[in-house]
Amino acid sequence: MSPAEENAVKTSARNGWLLSSPALVVLAIAAAGPLVIVVIYSFLKAGTHGNVVWTFSLDGWQSILWTKDIFTDSYVWADAHLSIFWRSVKLSLLTTAITFLVGFPTAWFIATRPPKARAFWLFLITIPFWTNLLIRTYAINEVIRKEGLLNLTLQKIGVITEPLNIIYTDIAIFTGMTYVYLPLMVLPLFAAIDRFDMRLLEAGYDLYGSRMQILRRIILPIVKPGIIAGSILVFVPSLGAYVTPRVLGGGKQMMLGNLIELQFGQGKNWPLGAALSLTLLVIVTAALLYYVKVANGEKRHG
Amino acid sequence: MTGEQGGVSVADEVTISVQHVVKAFGQGGAALRALDDVSVDIRRGEFFTLLGPSGCGKTTLLRLIAGFEMPSDGTILLDGADITNLPPNKRPVNTVFQSYALFPHLTVAQNVSFGLEMLGKPAAEVKARTAQMLALVKLDSFASRKVSQLSGGQQQRVALARALAPQPKVLLLDEPLSALDLKLRKEMQIELKRLQTETGITFVFVTHDQEEALTMSDRIAVMSAGRIQQVGTAKDIYIHPKNRFVASFIGETNFLTGTAREGAVVLAGGDSLPVDALKAIDSGKSVTVAVRPEQVRIGKPGAGGLSATVGTLVYFGTDTHCHLCLKDGTEIVVRLQSPATGDSGLAQGDTVAITFEPGAVQVVED
Ligand SMILES: Nc1ncnc2c1ncn2[C@@H]1O[C@H](COP(=O)(O)OP(=O)(O)O)[C@@H](O)[C@H]1O
Ligand SMILES: [Mg+2]
Repeated sequence: MSPAEENAVKTSARNGWLLSSPALVVLAIAAAGPLVIVVIYSFLKAGTHGNVVWTFSLDGWQSILWTKDIFTDSYVWADAHLSIFWRSVKLSLLTTAITFLVGFPTAWFIATRPPKARAFWLFLITIPFWTNLLIRTYAINEVIRKEGLLNLTLQKIGVITEPLNIIYTDIAIFTGMTYVYLPLMVLPLFAAIDRFDMRLLEAGYDLYGSRMQILRRIILPIVKPGIIAGSILVFVPSLGAYVTPRVLGGGKQMMLGNLIELQFGQGKNWPLGAALSLTLLVIVTAALLYYVKVANGEKRHG
Repeated sequence: MTGEQGGVSVADEVTISVQHVVKAFGQGGAALRALDDVSVDIRRGEFFTLLGPSGCGKTTLLRLIAGFEMPSDGTILLDGADITNLPPNKRPVNTVFQSYALFPHLTVAQNVSFGLEMLGKPAAEVKARTAQMLALVKLDSFASRKVSQLSGGQQQRVALARALAPQPKVLLLDEPLSALDLKLRKEMQIELKRLQTETGITFVFVTHDQEEALTMSDRIAVMSAGRIQQVGTAKDIYIHPKNRFVASFIGETNFLTGTAREGAVVLAGGDSLPVDALKAIDSGKSVTVAVRPEQVRIGKPGAGGLSATVGTLVYFGTDTHCHLCLKDGTEIVVRLQSPATGDSGLAQGDTVAITFEPGAVQVVED
């Protein structure tokens, strides 16, 4: 490239940046703005009727893990918060794992259909997105509650005599999240499997691989980008889930999203709410970094 | 079969025996018979080629031998044992795929060692054998490359090394050279022959390119419409084509039809061509004979033979094609070596006499 040409390219690149600057400003305000506010709020004192008092304080951060015992004036572990953290992480990991176990065969099935049928199956997968999340969650509630469809049916056919206690348990939340997030796992998996060259299966089979070995040594490593994308798409919103644990956990079995909401609502502890939000952000970022590291690490020696 | 002299030796042992194999795709009346009662014996250590036009069932036959498809009827034996119902991973047979089907997430060396690892060979053996295979296909220095970083020809070599590494009893190759450009294809033809000789493994090679088949193969099976038309050496098939299809698919040929007599065939115009194969018993039958363009001689009129009129002359460099018209109107093509002056001494409208080399006129089935 001649210097003149090079300059021309540079100029056009610079102009490109200039042209997109309004978008960048909007992005900066929209993305960074709220985050800055949350960070600031987490270091302030809680007002008595919500809101914040503009004095610096670490109370918000401290009360994530410790609660002040008003009788002895000492700090004790905030067991409730810890169990909510643990439930959030546990249920999100479980949801990710189960949506993968269910989603992989589903995506494989769809990707191996003839093109016409494929469009039909994909359409079916996306139908739940047409309905509001809240309504879908209440529908699950209707199925699994004490006098719900599931219990009535099982009692009718005599499998059980007493109704199963599913609603307002971890299992209920987990069932709901699996149902809600399954499409988010299936779609990226489908995209990856669709790109997978099925002739490699015959090559593996020809080279003495068993079905299991072909799955582990050929299919999974090649569709891994899809697995990672699907896992992120399921894990991240699961961790911050609000509606599902609210409706199916009945306010007793809280997850992080509910705890945060509580601080801004009835709890009237905005700094704690802000600190919890940032903690969620940190967990998600750490999880993403871990995924990326695993993905890259394998790429280097695989 | 003609042209196969000599007794049965070790080299004549049958490795793959395909017996009355039928393969139908689809159900009932709409079923397509991709293979229709195919029987063929492939001998140990030979370079065997399946040759035929696209869609004649070559790939299907190869896939049946590999185990990717099950025959609708018939049996396939490997060294005398029935393998008809064995899955591909239980058959000591490997395939070089037309698309290569290399594992994109693995390096060259990992691709080559894949089969050995699946067979559970000890790590040291896997390593040694992989290195040996990479040396065989001259890719030692590419061992740790990703396959996507290789050229088409190099990928081809990886596919070969990968399929040869587990030391299969038979190597199946489905049009492995069709994706390569002409120069590379010629190189790889020689390379394949070398690999086959060095490893001593039986190669079953599929191609639709008759020249490739003639130059590389020990024996060729010519296929058409799901059937094997003829099996034999390149010479057998070229010199004694069994039927019209084989004669026209392999090389160029002239067909003439006439009535049989003892030792000759009489054309419509009254001309008579010598054919040793016709006996008194064939007399009166309508027969088709094939004559190769290079086995016809053109002489001065009156010098004996059939009289013909010269039509167009087409110059091809090394040879000149002379289109001639016989008395009964049949057109035949004669190939003459172009003389140094470039002038064949013939002109359109000349009357000439043509004679046939001994054995040039072959009776073929329709
Ligand atoms: N899986 C299949 N389903 C239906 N028809 C097939 C299938 N595989 C091959 N065929 C048909 O069988 C015939 C032979 O195909 P193939 O063996 O691929 O021919 P070749 O390799 O000689 O070009 C073709 O008409 C092809 O359309
Ligand atoms: Mg083919």
